Amino acid sequence: MKLKYDLVIIGGGPAGLAVALEARRNTVKDILLLERDKYLGGILPQCIHNGFGLQYFKEELTGPEYAERFITKLNDNQIDVKTKTMVIKVTSDKRIIAINRNDGLLHIQAKAVVLAMGCREKTREAIAIPGNRPAGIFTAGTAQRYINIEGYIPGREVVVLGSGDIGMIMARRMTLEGARVKAVLEIMPFSTGLIRNRVQCLDDFNIPLKFNHTITRIEGERRVKRVTVARVDKNLQAIPGTEEEISCDTILLSVGLIPENELTGESGIKLDPITRGPIVNENRETEIEGIFACGNVLHVHDLADFVTEEGKIVGRAIGEYLKRNRKFRSQPIKIVPGENIAYVVPQHIDFIIPDRKKIKIFMRVKKPVEKVKINLLDDKGKLLGSYKKRIVTPGEMVSVYLPEILLDDKLKNIIISIKKD
Amino acid sequence: MKADVVIIGGGVIGASIARELSRFNINIILLEKEDDVAMGTSKGNSGIIHAGYNADFKTLKGQLNIKSNSRFDKLCRDLKVRFKRIGSLVAGFNEEDLKKLRELKENGEKNGIKNLEIIKGHKLFELEPNLNPQAKYALYAPSAGIIFPYKFTIALADNAVINGVKVLLETEAQDIRIKEKQVCGILTSRGLIETRVIINAAGLYADEIAKTAGDSFKISPLKGEYHLFDKQWGNLVNHIIFPIPTKLSKGILVTPTVHNNLLIGPNSCRVKEKDDLATTRAGTQEVYEGARKLIPHLPHQDLINSFAGLRADIEGREDFVIEASKKVRGFINVVGIESPGLSSAPAIGEMVSNILKEVVQKISPRLELNYRDDFVETLPEQPRFADYLDRTDEWQEIVKKDADYGEIICRCEKVSKGEILRAIHQPVPARSLDAIKRRVRAGMGRCQGGFCSPKVLKILSEELKISPLKITKKGIGSEILKTETKEMIKETGVKFKDEAKV
Repeated sequence: MKLKYDLVIIGGGPAGLAVALEARRNTVKDILLLERDKYLGGILPQCIHNGFGLQYFKEELTGPEYAERFITKLNDNQIDVKTKTMVIKVTSDKRIIAINRNDGLLHIQAKAVVLAMGCREKTREAIAIPGNRPAGIFTAGTAQRYINIEGYIPGREVVVLGSGDIGMIMARRMTLEGARVKAVLEIMPFSTGLIRNRVQCLDDFNIPLKFNHTITRIEGERRVKRVTVARVDKNLQAIPGTEEEISCDTILLSVGLIPENELTGESGIKLDPITRGPIVNENRETEIEGIFACGNVLHVHDLADFVTEEGKIVGRAIGEYLKRNRKFRSQPIKIVPGENIAYVVPQHIDFIIPDRKKIKIFMRVKKPVEKVKINLLDDKGKLLGSYKKRIVTPGEMVSVYLPEILLDDKLKNIIISIKKD
Repeated sequence: MKADVVIIGGGVIGASIARELSRFNINIILLEKEDDVAMGTSKGNSGIIHAGYNADFKTLKGQLNIKSNSRFDKLCRDLKVRFKRIGSLVAGFNEEDLKKLRELKENGEKNGIKNLEIIKGHKLFELEPNLNPQAKYALYAPSAGIIFPYKFTIALADNAVINGVKVLLETEAQDIRIKEKQVCGILTSRGLIETRVIINAAGLYADEIAKTAGDSFKISPLKGEYHLFDKQWGNLVNHIIFPIPTKLSKGILVTPTVHNNLLIGPNSCRVKEKDDLATTRAGTQEVYEGARKLIPHLPHQDLINSFAGLRADIEGREDFVIEASKKVRGFINVVGIESPGLSSAPAIGEMVSNILKEVVQKISPRLELNYRDDFVETLPEQPRFADYLDRTDEWQEIVKKDADYGEIICRCEKVSKGEILRAIHQPVPARSLDAIKRRVRAGMGRCQGGFCSPKVLKILSEELKISPLKITKKGIGSEILKTETKEMIKETGVKFKDEAKV
């Protein structure tokens, strides 16, 4: 089957949903949303806990409720949706090949494409934990799906490795189902998830969170029997003599998320080695004009609310792109991560900003520091702007508005650094 | 239950023997204690079909490897198993290594390999641009190849079943029944099977089986650890690259796999237990160090799996043991099939077939071995979506006939529901998540089943008409799920912080 659309969005999670609605609001006509699962919402339908929407809707919602707010609007906005449809190829000239049961293979030509495929969880294999390979080792998200979607509990006695948000949320979820969560282990000296999750998911249930600890061995031939855990040194290496055994039948992993960019890479788009997402400009447009990316496929966000915001940036930008209503700067401004900054998004500013619209730069810090200044400098070290923050931590994304100095057409680089105030 | 021949062990050797013997018009049962074939050494190995220059030409290892090597093209075509004859290089770094390479070449030529070549200088780096720049020489063996090892085993067993062999999974051989120095039966975990011929292809456990017939071997497992990288890295090397071999092993190699992953390993470490498949920190380091000597830059960040396999090494013996027992009539030992066992499997099957011809003369009543005229040599084509990505029009036709082939279940390896259903209903059926993975690669990719395992579990449960709670990762005892939601809480309750304070 051959199809033509103005905009094709790959992925029906919070990013794709936001793009679809915002693009429609910006007068984009024919929109097709492709989703590989049988329902829309991405990972939201399995996130039955609350805490969604506080930023965006100013009220507290569960994941399914948050997704529903967008999904119900798709029909009214005449956005075409195909679920259970897997995209297998995106070309640089915006042809998309997808497959599903009813249509078989779909060949779609788009004027603009949005990559919104989300991310996947890092596995036990990716971090090479020594030991056996029995049943009972799950990524936290997979366990979440088994419980909240399929209706089955995958373990009775649980050790969680990693203090990512899903790990902490699943520690609470398993506890509420009657399982015993013996410990949450974090190899770093700080939590990699949100502070509120640490309080509400672990502290409130007396679940011990052990910093500077990791699993050094998994035992059990068919099902997990026990793990050996050890304290780690500054180089994250296990310290001999600190080992202790914890018996358990289940290990949940929350050790990081990886943007799922196989389609992106295969279409020839360059990826940022740190974010593992595409390199984008302020419109979240990749190096191929008209192919955009947003949400966790671009970089891993803390909150669905932030993903929605990013989707809206893209939705608006596609309106401008299709109307050819934009002006390139004479040269792009590169945003360069400086001291204690792991990465920044967007990586460059390409356009002359209409209406003095403000541009927000998102970044993740390497180490937690209290009472800091976020400094923006030009090539010569001249301070362009400075913002105070009470605390920065790798678990929580930091954002700043770029100063109006951007109107300066000669500016080549903006270096962002975080320093103790 | 009755059978003319019982084969113990569903590894590549048992499966190859089963297929070979299924050419005869006799009743054959293959026993496998696990929930699938290829569960031992046949799944934890390098997947290499060796050229055959390593083993001495006077040994079975040398002869059977060479005899088998040239057969893999047709065999894999017939059985629809991936095999690529990509050639191997043994890398040398100095004059002493060169001497060893020459010895290997000489031995290989004695074995009958004609196209061995010692390569020097820039030609080496034309063949392998990412090879350690300090390498100076290599022994090039174009006839070495890579294979999908467990799929090969499964295909041999499938083909055997099509030709009448009965494969009994989760059926453990427990004791051999002997009457007047002749095999008369075998006791299994599912009852007694009357038989006059038993073939012991029990891999790591072959010594324990042999003991019940009075033959004594001691199998002392040698563990090898491996690391597998994402399939974007298969092109890092073009050939199987070995270091200079030692007495104990062919060394830690670097190779692409038939699915274009990159594989490094194995080390070689003597272990006590036959189920010690744990990877270790020391082993990991050893494998990385070994592999880095050949290919200095390895893609650590794209590691997707680590695993270990055990070699069935016979203590105090260098060669395979493939012979009729001298103590009991009707008992054939196929023991100590370590490397190059996979490479020798076709010829081992034939050798056992020839031994059987002699054995049946000596047992009473005699067993007639007549070739069946309806032997089916091939397996049907099993189309995989992943192979049709550049031929989508052809796949469209397949989806038109069966919509299940249009529903993609495993996103990383692009496996359709149709392929998974086929695996559940093939001659040796997949009943667990790992068995599906080995047949169609669902869960074999970068997310390691994170996304597809709940879906595959559901399909298994629906097709086998059993509760999801009964679905396992790899047989009984490895169930994935514990209870339905709201069930566990009835037994255990929840303690909130405030309650604890009260």
